[in-house]
Amino acid sequence: MKLVVLAGTPGAGKTSVLLHTIKSLISDDKKPAVVKVDCLWTDDDRRFKKFDIPVHVGLAKDMCPDHFTIYNTEEMMNWADEKGADILLNETAGLCLRCAPYPDSCLAICVIDVTTGPNTPLKVGPLLTTADIVVMTKSDLVSQAEREVFRERVLEVNPGCKIVEANGLTGKGSFELADIISKWPDVGDDMVLRYSPPLAICSLCTGENRVARKHHMGVLRNLDGFMEYKGE
Amino acid sequence: MTINPISSLTIMGGVDKDGKDEPVRYVEIVAGEIVGIVGPTGSGKSTLIDDIEQLAQADTPTGRTILLNGQRPDESIRADPRRKLVAQLSQKMHFLADMTVEEFLCMHARSRGKDESLFSKIVELGNTLTGEPIYPKDHLTSLSGGQSRALMTADIAVISDSPVVLIDEVENAGIKKQEALKLLAGEGKIVVVVTHDPVLALMSSRRIVIRNGAMVNLIDTSHQEQEICTKITNVDNWMLSLRETIRRGDIVEDKI
Repeated sequence: MKLVVLAGTPGAGKTSVLLHTIKSLISDDKKPAVVKVDCLWTDDDRRFKKFDIPVHVGLAKDMCPDHFTIYNTEEMMNWADEKGADILLNETAGLCLRCAPYPDSCLAICVIDVTTGPNTPLKVGPLLTTADIVVMTKSDLVSQAEREVFRERVLEVNPGCKIVEANGLTGKGSFELADIISKWPDVGDDMVLRYSPPLAICSLCTGENRVARKHHMGVLRNLDGFMEYKGE
Repeated sequence: MTINPISSLTIMGGVDKDGKDEPVRYVEIVAGEIVGIVGPTGSGKSTLIDDIEQLAQADTPTGRTILLNGQRPDESIRADPRRKLVAQLSQKMHFLADMTVEEFLCMHARSRGKDESLFSKIVELGNTLTGEPIYPKDHLTSLSGGQSRALMTADIAVISDSPVVLIDEVENAGIKKQEALKLLAGEGKIVVVVTHDPVLALMSSRRIVIRNGAMVNLIDTSHQEQEICTKITNVDNWMLSLRETIRRGDIVEDKI
């Protein structure tokens, strides 16, 4: 089984890019299955279902969506296996940019929107810096010069990645992505995350909703950058 | 990283939006030639430009193949901007990057493996194409459409300096378009220009007609069309000079 983890900032075009890529995979006789993880609500499963492939939705609700994705990776793989798939495409919600839900042997794809400007690659963090493939979307909305500057910035933070320019409207880039996915090795047992999840657990994580500082415990970071443990 | 000079670019036909073979199967464009792309909005002109820009190898939705000097291009020149053979001036007239003109141009020069000091030359050249001066400390996002387009044009002429130049709808820009085209076309380049503008369309030696995603016809610019082009060029220059007069705040006194 191949595992593809597709992450990126909201609205970057993850689903559109994936839809075109699935089309190419199917025409190449591959058997993809999709798990779409979102936070509260999604109707993207309807967009995937037009392909007559196994589709599953996971809503993280009260859990951090990236932690939810990681915690459920094994279950997703088992589900895809039962459905007779040979590629599991996992589209994550990816919001806080602190985690990167990429296991070591998956194909990690980060989708990033060029119209957010060339400073964005510096802000995205491990989602971008630990990806194998960086997909630049909406390239048609900026000049070639700006596209190339954006590309340079991506390579500054992730020198080893392969960059694919894709367009969710026309399907540009989808053949290339499908080809990379098809050639990627299967995942091994005992997968390990590429990047450590955050160590700060605080009383807000467990449901405290009062704002005043005196109510909070755990590993906490002050506005001035000082980090401390407060509690028992 | 020496690249053989590009003497020709060939477009091998693919399929239209319905998946049927497009009628024009083969277009060869030679160095020094300007070829137009015409057709209704949404017909697929920009998609053809994209195919050329990506050097498509039957791996885009149109199924077209692009050959250079009659051969399939090497895989590595498709992606690496330092080896890129195709420069593109797109429809987009505004920059989104929150940087100064100087920072941006230096970074672009670096991405193409060129010297950063080229930025002053680009600004200087850009200023010959637009009435409103551009300064290196200006923020990109504050430039007008005309300034942005002039800067992008000068950037292509100086930094990109590729043997193949693709131009998408240059006429909407409020810049001196024939001068821009001459600057971009340079010596012995292959120029493909998407346009509805009669001056630019008739400046080309041939034009590809696009309909429903397909290349449906290839028209040679006739002798009569060339004469018309000369006439409308004069009208166009007159319009431009009137525009400059009004911009300066002067009174228009030309006789009709």
